[in-house]
Order: sequence, then C-alpha cells, then structure tokens
Amino acid sequence: MYRIVERRQLVPDTHLLVVEAPHVARKVQAGQFIILRPHDEGERIPLSVADWDRDAGTVTSVFLEAGASTMQLAKLQPGDTLPTYMGPLGTVAEVERVGTVVCCGGCYGIGALLPIVRAHKEAGNEVICILEAHSSWLLYWVDRHREVADQVHVVTSDGSAGDKGLSFDILQQRFDAGQPIDAIHAIGCTFMMERNSLAALAKQTPIRITLNPVMVDGTGMCGGCRCVVNGERKFACVDGPEFDGREVDWTALVERRKSYRAQEIASLQQYESRGFLGSSAAVETLGERDE
Amino acid sequence: MSETARPKGGVDLQRRDMPTQDAAARVHNFEEVALGYTVELAMAEARRCLDCKRPNCVTGCPVSVNIPGFIRELAAGNLEGARAAIRETNLLPAVCGRVCPQEHQCEALCNLNKRGASVAIGRLERFVADWCALHEVVGAQTAPAEPVAASGKSVGIVGSGPAGLACASDLLKQGHAVTIYEALDEPGGVLIYGIPEFRLPKDIVRREIGEIRRMGAQIICDFLVGRTATLAELREEHDALFIATGAGLPWFLDIPGEDLVGVMSANEYLTRVNLLRAYDKRANTPVPKPRRVAVIGAGNVAMDAARTAKRLGAREVSIVYRRSRAEAPARHEELEHAEEEGIRFQFLTQPVEYLGNDEGRLTALRCRRMELGEPDERGRPRPVEVADSEFDIPVDLAILAIGQSPNPMIKDTTPEIEVSRRGTLVVEPETLATNLPGVFAGGDAVTGQATVILAMGAGRTAAAGIAAWLSQAT
Ligand code: FES
Repeated sequence: MYRIVERRQLVPDTHLLVVEAPHVARKVQAGQFIILRPHDEGERIPLSVADWDRDAGTVTSVFLEAGASTMQLAKLQPGDTLPTYMGPLGTVAEVERVGTVVCCGGCYGIGALLPIVRAHKEAGNEVICILEAHSSWLLYWVDRHREVADQVHVVTSDGSAGDKGLSFDILQQRFDAGQPIDAIHAIGCTFMMERNSLAALAKQTPIRITLNPVMVDGTGMCGGCRCVVNGERKFACVDGPEFDGREVDWTALVERRKSYRAQEIASLQQYESRGFLGSSAAVETLGERDE
Repeated sequence: MSETARPKGGVDLQRRDMPTQDAAARVHNFEEVALGYTVELAMAEARRCLDCKRPNCVTGCPVSVNIPGFIRELAAGNLEGARAAIRETNLLPAVCGRVCPQEHQCEALCNLNKRGASVAIGRLERFVADWCALHEVVGAQTAPAEPVAASGKSVGIVGSGPAGLACASDLLKQGHAVTIYEALDEPGGVLIYGIPEFRLPKDIVRREIGEIRRMGAQIICDFLVGRTATLAELREEHDALFIATGAGLPWFLDIPGEDLVGVMSANEYLTRVNLLRAYDKRANTPVPKPRRVAVIGAGNVAMDAARTAKRLGAREVSIVYRRSRAEAPARHEELEHAEEEGIRFQFLTQPVEYLGNDEGRLTALRCRRMELGEPDERGRPRPVEVADSEFDIPVDLAILAIGQSPNPMIKDTTPEIEVSRRGTLVVEPETLATNLPGVFAGGDAVTGQATVILAMGAGRTAAAGIAAWLSQAT
C-alpha cells in the first residue's frame, strides 16, 4: 500500500499527485514513468514522473482526469492509499551536453517536462522552454520552469497568455531566424510531438519525444504498447517511452490511437491530450460497432 | 505395511473419470471445468496403484514426488500423511495436480499404462491438496520435524512464478532467508496472469503461495528488477540471487496489418482478463468484447485464450493453426475441452495478412491453406503452402499465441550476464549458475517457454546449487 501525500487540482481536470513510494523515489530519473492502480479493482494507469524527493521518498505526477480510472484517482485524498505503485519504468531521458536545447511541453507534459529541463541544465546546456496550452487557465508550473530554464516561452491557442499559437510555431520561428538549436525534447499530446518532430526532421535536429500508447503490464510482457520506430517494432514501456521523434512512424501511431477513440470523446484534440491515459474507454468499444 | 491398500484379486484396470462441468453450462461461467474426485472416486483410484518396487512414475516427475508413498497413505485413508508425502518435494500440489501434463510424465511411465490404464496420479494429487485445504490441514505437516537453524544467509529471487516459488521453498527449508521480487501487483507469475480461472482458480494459487509466506518468504511486489533496482544492486543485498523471470516476450507474426486495433498477444488478452480480473464484473479493466475471434496457434495458451473469449461472450471463436491436429502442442485434454465448448478449428491454415477498415480496426484475417511436407529439424512435418488457396476469416479480434521468448529486461540492464542468441540466460546445467558469481537462473528464462512443472524442477535444482554455493562461500 502506498500513501498519497498530496492530491490536488492544478488547473481544471489536471491534478497533482504525490505518493510515498521510496522504492521508486530512490532510483527514478528524468523521462521515466510509473504504473499505479487507484484501488483494488481498478485498472493499471501509467503516469509520467514530474518530480521526486529522494529523502522524503515521494514521487510526483501530473495527470489529466479523462475516463473512469483517472476520475477515481482524482477523488482520492491525502492519506488514502494506492494498492499498486510500480516503477520507475521505461528508459531514462537521453541528455547530453550539446549546447542549446529546446524543451516543449503541453498538457500533462508541462509537468513531465520539468525533470528533463533540470537534467539538461545539470548537463550544462542552455535550455529554452516552450509551454503550450489552449488557454491561460490551463497553464501551470510556469514559475517552476522559470526557476530552472534559461528562457520560458508561453504559447496559447487563443492568445490569452504569451504568444498565440502552438509550440511548433515558436520552434519554427527560431529555426527560421537561424538561431542555434542542438537538440529538442517534446512531451505532450501526439499531435504536438508529431508536428515538432517533422519540423526537427526538416532541420536535421535531434528530437526526443515521449510516446504514450496503451499499456497493461509495463514490463515488456504484453506488447500492447508496441509502436514502429525506425522500421522496427518497439515496446514503448521498456524500449521507450522516449524515442527519436524523427524515426517514429507517426502515421501508424496516430491511426492506432485514433481508432481507439471512444464514442463519448468529442474531439481529437481532447482525446489526444489525454496523454498516457487514453486507453480504457476505447478498448471497451472494440468490436461493439457494426450492429 | 499397508498391504490392505493393494488391490486384491487381480488388477483393477478401470481408471476413474473425473467429473466435469457440462460444456453447455461452463461456456457461460469462469468456474473450474474439472470438478475433482469425490472421496469415493479417489479411494477407488488410489487402490489401483500397484505400489511397484521400482516406481517408474517417480522418474517421470520433474520434482520427483514420492508418488507410491502418497498414494499408499491416501489408500490407507491418511490424507494428511498423503499431503506431507507430496509436500516433501512439491509445494504446489493443487496447482500441479491441475496443470501438469501427467500423460507425458508420471502417468506415461506408470506400469499400468502398458495396459492402457495408468493410475490417475494428477487427479489424486489434486484431490489430496484440495481435501486438505477444505479441511484446513495447513502448517503442521509443512513444518520440518525439527525447525532448522537460521543459516544467516539471504537469497533474493527475481520472479514469483513456479520456478521462483519452488526455489524459495527449498531454500527456506534449509534455513536460508528468502526475499522474492515480483514486478506485478500479485505473486504467482504465469499462475496468476496466464492460466485462466476456469483451469486454475486463483484462490488455489493464493492458498499455496500463502503457505510459502507462512514458511517465512518475504514477497515484494511492484518491484521490477532492472529498473526498481539493478541486478548488481540486489546482489549486494543478498548472498545469492536466483533469476526466474520466465518467458514473457510475446512473438508477433510480422505480417502486414499487425498494428491494427484488434490484434493483440495472448499475453495481453489473458493478462487483462486474469491479473486485472476482467472476468469479475466489479473490476473496471477494459477487455475487448468481440463477436468473432481468431486465436493463432494451437498450444495450451491458445486454448486458454480461445476458451476465455468464448466465456466472455464471443459468438464465434476459431483456432487457426498451420499444422494439423496431430501436431498441435496443447494437451489433449485441453484440445478436447475446447472442442466440447464449440471452439472451431482451422487446421493447416496460415495467416498471411490482417485486413482492417479505414478506422484502423481489424475486420478479417487473410489466410492460406497448408499441407504437410517433409519433417523439419525437430521431426515435425513442415507446413507447405497450397497454391491459390487464399481465403478470409472475418474477425474483430485476433489473438496471437505463437510462443514467446524470455523477457529481455535482465539482459538489457545487466550487460555482463551471458545470454544465448535466443535471448535465454546461459547456465551451468548441474547447478544453474550463470557466469556471474552467486547468480543462478532457471525456468523459462533459461529454457524458453516450457511447463509449470519443469520450471519448478529448475527451481529445485537451483536451490541445491545455491545451497552448495552458500556453504562454500563461508
Ligand atoms: S505495456 Fe505490456 S509490453 Fe509494454
């Protein structure tokens, strides 16, 4: 049993979750994730790790409330316990001293990006953060990024905070202005990661992205998280979740995710922004069409 | 001594059948198919045992259960004694009695088998374990006559499946401290996530694992060795390690369309149903509820997946296998149960492509007919394609049960450990020692996919190897 230290809403439908899990806190590094279950009968939910405290033995995630399981998670209070909290899982973010690094985060990825930004700073890189949201009221942790990064750009689709547009637009502007970018990290919805990857590909700049496919065990046992990278089958839970965005077969990935779309989800944008959590309702509808 | 147990006046050649749930009823529930012997049936069956001077049956058992010994006690009406006799070498009798392929092991070597009527050893083993559980015979018979002094040594076991549990029990009996590390949230490995409820009720697995806990094993779940701690870190905590991580990397066919929604590995399907209790209405694990299912492969895992799909309400379930029924690797009993439950069989059929609709969902399996040709290197007839024989099987869900290789996590995170080209860990056959000092390995992680009982046998071999190593190390 793992005790919840803190659970609160950061912005509407986006929650912070701090759990006492010394076995994870001891070892976790930027780019990794955990799998938890909200209660004994609940399904396994993968969440990116957004922060940790090795001394206190706690691990922090940011999650989006989107579907039955994350709604149950969002109801839990400090002092409640989780029956499963497994990790750290996945590979560690690839961080080297390269020069200037652009880190893009959106949605739950604004939280998950923070350890990556920190790791890049520790490696001695100049770090430019681009945080994107639909609107100003969906932004969080801008200050925390400012504390670490050299520059922070905020961009919203409606222009209510920072520049109007997407992280892709800022990235493109920098490329166009001929400013140096030695590496990119992007974490957020598939759409954002795909667009930024295509921009990076055009400029032959390395880009690391974090995939968020359907997962069950998180140990490489089921193959539910499979994706195609550089023409090869990879299991995102053990070979990733971080990959070179230029090598990901985005068409296959987007197709696969799109078809998991559940009836009640209104728009692709909303669905995509469910991040790691997008599996459940969708699988239920499998096979329940054509009649 | 127990002369009375011997059959009097000739040999009884009537092997007692075990009652089963009716096929029409059982396809609608997840309750166990085989119901087990009644006391009367068990006694009658036990009395058929000839108590041979040279019991060949024992040599057929990978963990050398004292078969004539336990049957003698049973026939004499001493159920507790029978249980104790089994548990000298086998800590999971209720599990083994259910899932071991006895027809290829002990029962194949039973002297009565020459006359087509081997003693139903597996059913008797199951009966003894179940009867004792029902009557709450625990502990007393498990504890060694004199408690062994603690050795002061500790062994870490990676994986809580059959190999890990068997190793743990032998080490505990010798006074070593044992910690088992399990990646998932419940111990048992394939016994929990792989074999379905109707073939091996999870309560039975829990009960038998409970006994290992009572013997003193510490089991730590949600701990993925390689990530939560590396093998090297664990090695510092323990005097020796045993790697029993099983064969969990599912194979895919590598044919077009494999990424369509509706194509999944049997591991994914069975894990969703078993570990995540999708068969239980209270659990909210999403499991696809398809109408038409094709399961590719014809081993026990394929039968489990097909029969599970049927119970979850699929209207049509087919097994697609490229060879014929005679070559199907599943146990005969499993094949028969599947047939009784209305699973269709498409033998001599090879899938060549998955077809999908424009939403990326699977709609059909394109197959080719095969015929049997020359034997391959293992002596099995090689399937050869029949020209122009393509046809489509309409399906919503295709489940791949074509085998698996060892999970690469340990090898990927422990570069110094020696592995074969197949990805299996390389060990010294006698002791199961790897190339790393004090690190042993066994079960499917070493052999590739095999059976529960072979893994348990490996666990016991490793326990002996580890015990010897620990005594040298002092
Ligand atoms: S989640 Fe099962 S293999 Fe990745």
